[in-house]
Amino acid sequence: MLILDCPYCGIACDETELSPGGEAHLTRFGPGSSEDEFEGYLFMRENPRGVHFERWRHAHGCGKWFHAARDTMTMEVFGTYPAQTTEPPAELRKTISEKRPGWSWRDFS
Amino acid sequence: MTRYSAFAVAREAFRDHQGWTRAWASPEPKRKYDVIIIGAGGHGLATAYYLGKNHGIRNVAILEKGWLGGGNTGRNTTIIRSNYLQDPSAAIYEKARSLYEDLSQDLNYNVMFSPRGVMMLAQTEHEVRGYKRTAYANALQGVKTEFISPARVKEFCPIIEIRGPRYPVLGALWQARGGTARHDAVAWGYARKCSEMGMDVIQKCEVTGIRSDGGVVKGVTTNRGDIDCDKLGIVVAGHSGHVADMAGFRLPIESVALQALVSEPIKPCMDVVVMANTVHGYMSQSDKGEMVIGGGADGYNNYTQRGSFHHIEETVRALNETFPIISRLKMLRMWGGIVDMTGDRSPIISPTPLGNCFINCGWGTGGFKAIPGSGWATAEMIAKGASGPLAAEFGLDRFREGRFIDESVAAGVAH
Repeated sequence: MLILDCPYCGIACDETELSPGGEAHLTRFGPGSSEDEFEGYLFMRENPRGVHFERWRHAHGCGKWFHAARDTMTMEVFGTYPAQTTEPPAELRKTISEKRPGWSWRDFS
Repeated sequence: MTRYSAFAVAREAFRDHQGWTRAWASPEPKRKYDVIIIGAGGHGLATAYYLGKNHGIRNVAILEKGWLGGGNTGRNTTIIRSNYLQDPSAAIYEKARSLYEDLSQDLNYNVMFSPRGVMMLAQTEHEVRGYKRTAYANALQGVKTEFISPARVKEFCPIIEIRGPRYPVLGALWQARGGTARHDAVAWGYARKCSEMGMDVIQKCEVTGIRSDGGVVKGVTTNRGDIDCDKLGIVVAGHSGHVADMAGFRLPIESVALQALVSEPIKPCMDVVVMANTVHGYMSQSDKGEMVIGGGADGYNNYTQRGSFHHIEETVRALNETFPIISRLKMLRMWGGIVDMTGDRSPIISPTPLGNCFINCGWGTGGFKAIPGSGWATAEMIAKGASGPLAAEFGLDRFREGRFIDESVAAGVAH
């Protein structure tokens, strides 16, 4: 079972306590955006084999949204961080680089 | 290649079965092919087969990184039905279902198609209305289905507890000519025919790159060398995003694990397929006697072919109420497959931004039933360079243009 640490409660949560919220750090495009931008926001996804960043909600706990960095091939969790950011924290990226040299995800590496 | 028949079985019986030949050849890849198909699962092999049969294109290679049908073709619950709500879906799934009817004769390989009937239980008032609507839509589409009463549900499948308590059976959408088939045999049968037509089915050949020149595909790089091609078909289900990345375009797809399990074998007790979408479970009995149970998909990206145990628990817990008979059965084994989910839960059969490169993906949780129709439509698209009537609505551009084929909400299929 997938276990993630809620960065707010500071406890380890089984996935039954959490709700998955899809890919992280999407830029929201709305009215006035181009068709490419709107399609990209709504439907296009990284879907990587390897390092991935995603949103989770501690649904049966504090109810807050947070982010997680995970490997989709091995299910290894690299870390979690609060939702109030548009990019993964530098420290976490460094941790991932030590474990997965040469990784990249969108413009991050 | 030996033709399979009752006569062949009798002949071989008299000579200690020494005369059987290999079902398909395992050739080394050539330098160049007219068409390369990446992925030797059901959809890829069916595409190659109908390229040869319907369009006379036989200089074809089907490349498979693992073994034949080792992906989702060998990991599904083998259900075949075509009772979809939207016209484009009903058309392609019914084409597939009708091809399954005589696929064994067509391939000279027993795919064990068993049109035992598929019943989709309505266990809420919303489902009753939804399935009646589907039955009316199917009548207009020429797909034979009907909405049946709880009494007839009980008649078709006596082991169902129709009185609830939490999930009473209020009726069902019944497709008498739906059923099951032997999933491995579908891949093997197509592979054998492809090989017989002179195509190269190459296993353990992983594509590591796609080469192009001026926006047009030139060939692929593999762990067994470079292979050139005039046209390329990508038919790799859960790994579509990965291969599309090599070809330089993005897909509206997310890959998640979908699970299934079988019980220990028991005596025959159920001769129809039952789907219970309210509780996210479906069940049929295999020829070996195992109860084959399909469960829910994980809610997050995952390539591990396992899936979360709590989905199995939820599925079985809910099915126990509808089928009290299974409550004491032991689980024999469980497995997962990586399914490629699109935003509208309908597949993609489409040309791509890369010239002469075509893609068939996005079948999500329901690809097995579509194999012959999907191969038929994809072969037509690759042969003619543009989508035919079956594939036209399933283009990649529908996401940009908002022309969704919205099956996830409308048809109440198990996702």
